[in-house]
Amino acid sequence: MQILMIPEIGHYALVIAMLMAAVQGVLPLAGAATRRPLWMAYARPMAAGQLLFVAIAYACLTASYMLDDFSVTNVANNSNSMLPWYYKLSAVWGNHEGSVLLWSLLLAAWGYFASRFSRELPRDMVARVLGVLGLVGTGFLAFVLVTSNPFERLLPNVPGDGADLNPLLQDIGLIMHPPMLYMGYVGFSVVFAFAIAALLGGRLDAAWARWARPWTNLAWAFLTVGIALGSWWAYYELGWGGWWFWDPVENASLLPWLTGTALMHSLAVTEKRGAFKSWTLLLAIFTFSLSLLGTFLVRSGVLTSVHAFANDPSRGQFILMLLGITVGLSLLVFALRAPRVGHKVGFTWLSRDALLLINNILLVIMTITVLMGTVYPLLLDALDLGKISVGPPYFNALFVPLTLLLALFMGLGQVARWKQTPVSLLVSRLWLAAVGAVVLGAALPLLFAERWSPAVAIGLIAALWIVLPMLRDLFEKARNASSVGAGLKKLSLAYWGMQLGHLGVAVTIVGVAVVSNYSIEQNVRMAPGDSVEVAGYTFTMNELSSRQGANFLADRANISVQHGDSSRSFAMNPEKRLYLATRMPMSQVALRPGFLRDLYVAMGEDLGDGSWALRVQYKPFVRWLWLGGLLMAFGGVLAVADKRYRRLATARDPEARAAPAPGREASA
Amino acid sequence: MTLSLTPKRKQRLFVILGLVALAAIAVGLTLYALRSNINLFFSPVQIAAGDAPFERQIRAGGMVKEGTVARDPESLDVAFVVTDYVDDLEVRYSGILPDLFREGQGVVVVGELQSEGWLRADQVLARHDENYMPPEVAQALEDAGYSPEDYQAKAAEVGERMEAQQQGASQ
Repeated sequence: MQILMIPEIGHYALVIAMLMAAVQGVLPLAGAATRRPLWMAYARPMAAGQLLFVAIAYACLTASYMLDDFSVTNVANNSNSMLPWYYKLSAVWGNHEGSVLLWSLLLAAWGYFASRFSRELPRDMVARVLGVLGLVGTGFLAFVLVTSNPFERLLPNVPGDGADLNPLLQDIGLIMHPPMLYMGYVGFSVVFAFAIAALLGGRLDAAWARWARPWTNLAWAFLTVGIALGSWWAYYELGWGGWWFWDPVENASLLPWLTGTALMHSLAVTEKRGAFKSWTLLLAIFTFSLSLLGTFLVRSGVLTSVHAFANDPSRGQFILMLLGITVGLSLLVFALRAPRVGHKVGFTWLSRDALLLINNILLVIMTITVLMGTVYPLLLDALDLGKISVGPPYFNALFVPLTLLLALFMGLGQVARWKQTPVSLLVSRLWLAAVGAVVLGAALPLLFAERWSPAVAIGLIAALWIVLPMLRDLFEKARNASSVGAGLKKLSLAYWGMQLGHLGVAVTIVGVAVVSNYSIEQNVRMAPGDSVEVAGYTFTMNELSSRQGANFLADRANISVQHGDSSRSFAMNPEKRLYLATRMPMSQVALRPGFLRDLYVAMGEDLGDGSWALRVQYKPFVRWLWLGGLLMAFGGVLAVADKRYRRLATARDPEARAAPAPGREASA
Repeated sequence: MTLSLTPKRKQRLFVILGLVALAAIAVGLTLYALRSNINLFFSPVQIAAGDAPFERQIRAGGMVKEGTVARDPESLDVAFVVTDYVDDLEVRYSGILPDLFREGQGVVVVGELQSEGWLRADQVLARHDENYMPPEVAQALEDAGYSPEDYQAKAAEVGERMEAQQQGASQ
């Protein structure tokens, strides 16, 4: 009896969670405006309660999946009794309703942690941050309840079995990709709340930036891992060997990443130098708004892809409304309350401040170009001006040169000092790195490949130009200390985090440059006994067989691969699967991964007469793409662990204390 | 009132000028890149009417006509006919067709229209639509003065029949 009621319990829990979020959104904000400690004190318990009840709802939906309760529409549409248990667990978020529920759960979790790790913050600041998070939470939970209730029942005609999870989503990549991505998207809501709280409270000083920085880094790190996982998943799951398609859905995740990257750097200037304050706030607002825009694009059904689950226009309208309210209200608050004092701190054109400004401008331009390419076709379609699509050449033509420009300034930034840097210092520290980068970058491609490619050389030069000044800087810092070990030990975790993050960018640039230019792809027709040579590897098809999996039938090719004249060979077994419940075919790729190259074989189609079309690929340095992403994310997390952020933030800017007049808060 | 340029004002002026210049370059490059990389969509009825440009990349789409998929026995060359049940378009492609490619299903091809009237595809995208007929094609039929519902019904009928055949064959 209790088992039967699980979905209803989940539904009620969700309603309670929304009410708690609403209280969290209204009372503390009102309390902060009218200086009532009792009202402000509602913030923390409500954040905890909201998390508890969303977690109960989420657990109930998971239970319905695990118990194969096909009377729940959501379970019936996306699960099947034959589905292995771990895919049932991940199928919860492999559909629209479940994924917005996961989103709400993570939002509540971030809110709860923000309430836990804010002991040293002033009471009104905590109240405002949690209040804003409560409002965002209310909006999302209302969205779930009104348009996307995952607990809807299919009564009285309960299907005997479910329609099964999309086979493309039955994979480890999907188990991890959406939660990571959502952690990033949703994490920016905390930074957003910090920005709005700063605007409402008029407090925008170094201490504020120091509170906001760890949250930004964490959210950004999760988003980075999420994007890298998505790229990795597309690489081996879609059977093409592509790792980035400039698909609107991918772009949707890249947009907040770009502004988030800009935000991290702008926050650094705000903390260290007290400059770029308004700009930092704007970036925080835009980063979260772009996260919401991404959600709108993916969830509204305006895009057709594996990510777009359902075409329900009311959902799109609801998210668009949420987006409009969020952007409109926060920009209004910004317009009314943005710090009016211009920064008193000057800097020259050769300084870290200026280089970070350029970094920000470049990242924003990248954001705009990607945004235009993504939204332009949708706008034209909405205005009935024709159906067009914008292809990868557009994005590559703009994104690649901008990235190179960014790399150029990253190299300079390693050496430049705050406020002012003498030209002689830049030249003396960088000339060797410049020469080294050009010589090595131009020569290295000759070692790997027979063909020298200018694009690869430029990519390597850019990467070396980032890495060599970094090494030089480490060397300088170690040399000035009593011993090398002591010198390196003295460096802060924040410093190591920054260097790792930049190293990650360089590694990714190398990966992109090499894999884009030195990959070899051959589509071949093969029957048992045939062999083909790709990049020095001989692929021989031994036999074709078929096998039965848990919920699919598969045609399987047994291929042995030999490198050069070596006598050793290894086997690769690509499959073409037919999933029984959905009758959807899918290619299971055979991969031979390696640090310097991947071998990739995918079965295309049965050509009849016993032969198959096979896609055989040689992918040098492809792993570096994701390795770079992981390094970047690790760098971001490392910087959060810096002891500077754990120190009680008691010292505040004298300038900021004078700025907010107590009476102004009530009028806002 | 004289406009005195203190060093600070000067710096601000340069920031603004720099921003404007960068933004102008960015917008110019973006528009240029957009213009040369936009692929317009045409359905067979539009192509038959001569609306589509030759030797420029376009997207075309419709249903794969039943019984028209012909593989070359030696290579990976394939030819098939895409139809919106008013007009037909011959498509030639070399490579591996996507998993969801079937006769009677919706398909979008990217490639260049040849002066002989067939299309050389660089890319074939298959997708499963509940209505079988891609929405762009229905729109094009409506614009050309046909009633899309009739053709959609026809497409659905053929699609369902072909699917049933497929399942029968694989069981």
